[in-house]
Amino acid sequence: MMRFSTLIKHPADWMMTGHGGEQSAVLTSRIRLARNIRGHHFPGWAKPKQRCETLRVLLPAVENLSVMKDGFAQELCSLSSIQKQILVERHLISREHAARGEGSAAVIERRQSLSLMINEEDHLRMQAIRPGLQLTAAFQSLSAVDSELENQLDYAFDPTLGYLTTCPTNIGTGLRASSMLHLPALELTSQLEQVLQAVNKIGLAVRGIYGEGTESLGHLFQISNQSTLGESEEYIIQRLERVIKQVARHEANAREKLLDDRPQFIADKIGRAYGILRHCHIMESKEALTLLSLVRLGGSIGIFPKETTALCDALFMEIQPAHLQWSTARALCADERDALRAEIIRARLHSLESPHISHIAPEEKPSNSDHPSSHE
Amino acid sequence: MKCDFCSENATVFLTQLVEGVVKKVCLCEACAQERGVTDPTGFSLADLLLGGTNFQAMQPGNQPSKKNSVKACPTCGFTIESLKQIRRFGCGDCYQIFGTEVTQMLRGMHQGTTHQGKAPAGQVARQYRQQRIDDLSRKLETAIAEESYEEAAAIRDQMRELDQTATH
Repeated sequence: MMRFSTLIKHPADWMMTGHGGEQSAVLTSRIRLARNIRGHHFPGWAKPKQRCETLRVLLPAVENLSVMKDGFAQELCSLSSIQKQILVERHLISREHAARGEGSAAVIERRQSLSLMINEEDHLRMQAIRPGLQLTAAFQSLSAVDSELENQLDYAFDPTLGYLTTCPTNIGTGLRASSMLHLPALELTSQLEQVLQAVNKIGLAVRGIYGEGTESLGHLFQISNQSTLGESEEYIIQRLERVIKQVARHEANAREKLLDDRPQFIADKIGRAYGILRHCHIMESKEALTLLSLVRLGGSIGIFPKETTALCDALFMEIQPAHLQWSTARALCADERDALRAEIIRARLHSLESPHISHIAPEEKPSNSDHPSSHE
Repeated sequence: MKCDFCSENATVFLTQLVEGVVKKVCLCEACAQERGVTDPTGFSLADLLLGGTNFQAMQPGNQPSKKNSVKACPTCGFTIESLKQIRRFGCGDCYQIFGTEVTQMLRGMHQGTTHQGKAPAGQVARQYRQQRIDDLSRKLETAIAEESYEEAAAIRDQMRELDQTATH
């Protein structure tokens, strides 16, 4: 079985982003399915002994999945709080799951694109993550896993209500499809509120980077479906995908507009962010995310080389508290973390040359047809 | 006219066509409130009659206490009070037991009220197969008891066939 250190030594497959085009604002796509076992008490209502009993039923079935060959499987109570926090930072388990103890377990595929949480809010929460906008592909792979499990497990299922879940907000398909979007230009052009409200109005949810109840950091947002009953999985995903494409297009337009209308403003923002990150010695997580977000934007609009977006995406992960502490193999106080974070950022950005601000200055390029973001 | 759920005077009268049969329900003010029968257009008598709620048990006389009786799920012991408080369920069976409340809770929560997506096909087939095997083994016993060995052999062959499909 895979050790924890081996699992997290490499970045997850889905962290390899840096794809361009109109959807460069879409970082990842995630599909989650909630399932429960017939006749077993839901985790929140079950006594510890009953939760362990459910785990005994589920764990062998999950571990024997063909995709979980050479994967990682651990009960949460055997992981340290730093290890659990790393899994949260990698989106492999939820915060809620990390807080649970006896009878809860995490089973993770070796490339980290598939993970199953046992005894989270539901008996089984499984998820697939893919880079870019790939909700359909993620669903298909996860649905295959679900079908494989269903051959061995008796799910709590009702022909009218579908898959039965602890919370009625997940009933039916048990499906939560979501994409992570990077929307700095919408924020800088003060259009963000308006766009997100419109998304909300059509029944989709907008959340911060760690899901429900979390704030948005680094201009990163998750857009997901809310309704799970009355529509098929394919329909829910298609509708969501359409909206995500629209939001990504809005972001692309806002980027172009910024370059056209306020080149100095955007050059200043990105230049300052670069300057601070290259020369900082104390860097808080929140500030780092905000500044990296601007450098990432610079990568997608041609101020920095294209690979910069992938570099920033990797840094987003690397500079989070638990990842930092894991890298030094000891617990760090907040001050030590801020110093180490600054050190890592300086090192990673060392080879990144000063931004080509002149590139976008209006007097140098009267026509905007040459900057990369207009190639769609 | 008395309320169908308690012995108070009924003030709310509902008539609906449920599966081609005219059904009538009479409720008092309190029971109507409790069961969400405040908006007749959004209320389905079918849910009350055919949903998880055991209508017979709620008839006057069969119901020991009038109102606020603690209903609990026989599978997991989760109570209706807990449901109202935390708006979560104790196990899959709760959805049947608290059918009326489920209908109320789900109203407006999702795009629809009937599942449209994936179903555990293997599970359904497995349950059907198990049912067939149970049926056949009963027939087999009868056949043996009646000494119809030819019939028994035929049943046994059928069961073998089912067993084989199960392992595939």
